[in-house]
Amino acid sequence: MSDVQVSQGSRKIVIDPVTRVEGHGKVTIRLNDAGEVEQARFHIVEFRGFERFIQGRMYWEVPVIVQRLCGICPVSHHLCAAKAMDIVAGVDQVTPTADKMRRLMHYGQVLQSNALNFFHLASPDLLLGFEAPVAQRNIFGVIEAFPEVGKWAILIRKFGQEVIAATGGRRIHPRLCIPGGVNQNLSVEHRDALRRDIGQIIDWCGQALELHKSFVHAHEELHATFASFPSSYMSLVGADRRMELYDGGLRAINAEGDTIFEDVRPADYRDYMIEEVRSWSYMKFPHIRSLGREEGWYRVGPLAQINCCAFIDTPLAEAARRDFMAIGHGGRVHATLGYHWARIITMIHCAEVIQGLLFDDDLQGTNLLVTGQRRPEGVAIIEAPRGTLLHHYTVDDDGQVTGANLIVSTTNNNEAMNRSVTKVAKDYLSGREITEGLLNHIEVAIRAYDPCLSCATHALGDMPLIVTLEDAQGGIVATRVKE
Amino acid sequence: MLDLAAAAPADYAASMPISLATQQRRQARVLVFGYGNPGRQDDGLGPAAAAGIEALGWPDVTAMDNYQLSIEDAVDIAAHDVVWFVDAARVGAAPFSVTRLTPAATYEFTSHLIRPEAILALADRCYGRTPKAFLLAIRGYEFAFIEAITPQAEQNLKSALGALSILIRTAQMEVVS
Repeated sequence: MSDVQVSQGSRKIVIDPVTRVEGHGKVTIRLNDAGEVEQARFHIVEFRGFERFIQGRMYWEVPVIVQRLCGICPVSHHLCAAKAMDIVAGVDQVTPTADKMRRLMHYGQVLQSNALNFFHLASPDLLLGFEAPVAQRNIFGVIEAFPEVGKWAILIRKFGQEVIAATGGRRIHPRLCIPGGVNQNLSVEHRDALRRDIGQIIDWCGQALELHKSFVHAHEELHATFASFPSSYMSLVGADRRMELYDGGLRAINAEGDTIFEDVRPADYRDYMIEEVRSWSYMKFPHIRSLGREEGWYRVGPLAQINCCAFIDTPLAEAARRDFMAIGHGGRVHATLGYHWARIITMIHCAEVIQGLLFDDDLQGTNLLVTGQRRPEGVAIIEAPRGTLLHHYTVDDDGQVTGANLIVSTTNNNEAMNRSVTKVAKDYLSGREITEGLLNHIEVAIRAYDPCLSCATHALGDMPLIVTLEDAQGGIVATRVKE
Repeated sequence: MLDLAAAAPADYAASMPISLATQQRRQARVLVFGYGNPGRQDDGLGPAAAAGIEALGWPDVTAMDNYQLSIEDAVDIAAHDVVWFVDAARVGAAPFSVTRLTPAATYEFTSHLIRPEAILALADRCYGRTPKAFLLAIRGYEFAFIEAITPQAEQNLKSALGALSILIRTAQMEVVS
């Protein structure tokens, strides 16, 4: 619901919000002299301060501390930091039990985070339609129309949380990982409890996929074109280019699907990527070094995870991937709304991986930790729910962190989000007014990427999304705030 | 087998209407849910308040904390008669303010924001349960990456906890059937 105030003299529309997000999203749409959309920019607050926050900490503390970074994916930061600190601890390969415990936690995290995104954030747009009244276009409207969806949403989320609690000791602030390994294995009691439910979870993910496909098939043109454009993609992939979310080599492909680079080790990321700073945004703009600033941007996240891999090594997800790729007619799928379809495929894959792990006796192994010769630097990459996440640390001889560089999924998608918002503005802006419809469509585009806003600082009193329309001289024509 | 009622805490089943003959009068079950990030100074006021209530060890009072709210919190919300959401406030009254909450459908552009009213609405829609709910907004001042609440906010927390403990006791005196 928006509260609109109109100022007659300045043609400025202001909506006063009271919300609880620290970092608000801000969209600026710039018109040219002809009154057409020239470009749109999506700004969000980033957490550069966090990198300084880590400096001076002992390296073994970092996997726990980094959970403070994000309220939605603390587990992803926990695991990525742990992998980086394995390197610092001189450990190149943790034990099978440690590796599988971490994987179980990771796939549980991706499952539950993707479920939150799809059911809570995406399904109202997709299942009820972009044009549905705002009062109805929410999870409650979805439950009204599709009563089972509420159950799937809550219980898939809850199952993922139980996986995290079973592996990390607790649902919140889990402490599974230490440099070189893990603190615990999986108890037989936890294993058996999770085994009882995993079949149902896989089934519900499959039903969610079918429900989503019914939307796509009813809106093929919209699905293919909304906020969409050809792009490059980047993701981890495993051996033989199989889908791999926890560990692997970095692969980037261009819009035609040709490889830009692959098998890139995390430690070599700076040979392939550059992080650029631009004056108008707190967020960095990483791009592929060989392609340069203008051409080197790319997309990460579920769509990239599906586009970059050659196959998925779990049967239901692989069947779903083939079905999905068919809409690319032999090429990659560039539909921005395809993020949601890809997200459900990833959920199915996660559930299948979890099922496999729950029948792997290595999870009850007792060899949890490996030690090694300390090193001064560690870099790690995982595929977090929103895409590629990189942690890079330098550590002094006393074990204190001296430097940290984090490239989070939202940063990787920075340029792509700007382009999606620009596409929406060009397609849907009519005249010089920010209508409710335009605001809704901008939100739909942003929801596909589900950007991380300032990671976990949430306090009453701030604004979540501000859209400003500027003329060619930079004068404000209109502003609208979504409460 | 997974089902919504089974996903709720054990005492939730006891709260389901069965028959008047088997109903028993009991003390209200209170949930204090503090949320925010303790790694960002005064944003940790919510979790600190939850910890303060938990330390009291009162029967039928549950304290939970998290970085933010999420949809599955509807399960815990539905299992209580009175829910206090506790959050840090960047603006507004000091030391704290209290607002009565009612279920409301909301829709955001990011999964990093879910409002307490929306969780209440989910509890209502999925479980048919609408506990009395309040938002305790404790005024904070600094939100940088420092893991410590500022002294001024600490004073606000102390005041808020004093009031909250009285309000919880008062609520528990209103026995429910």
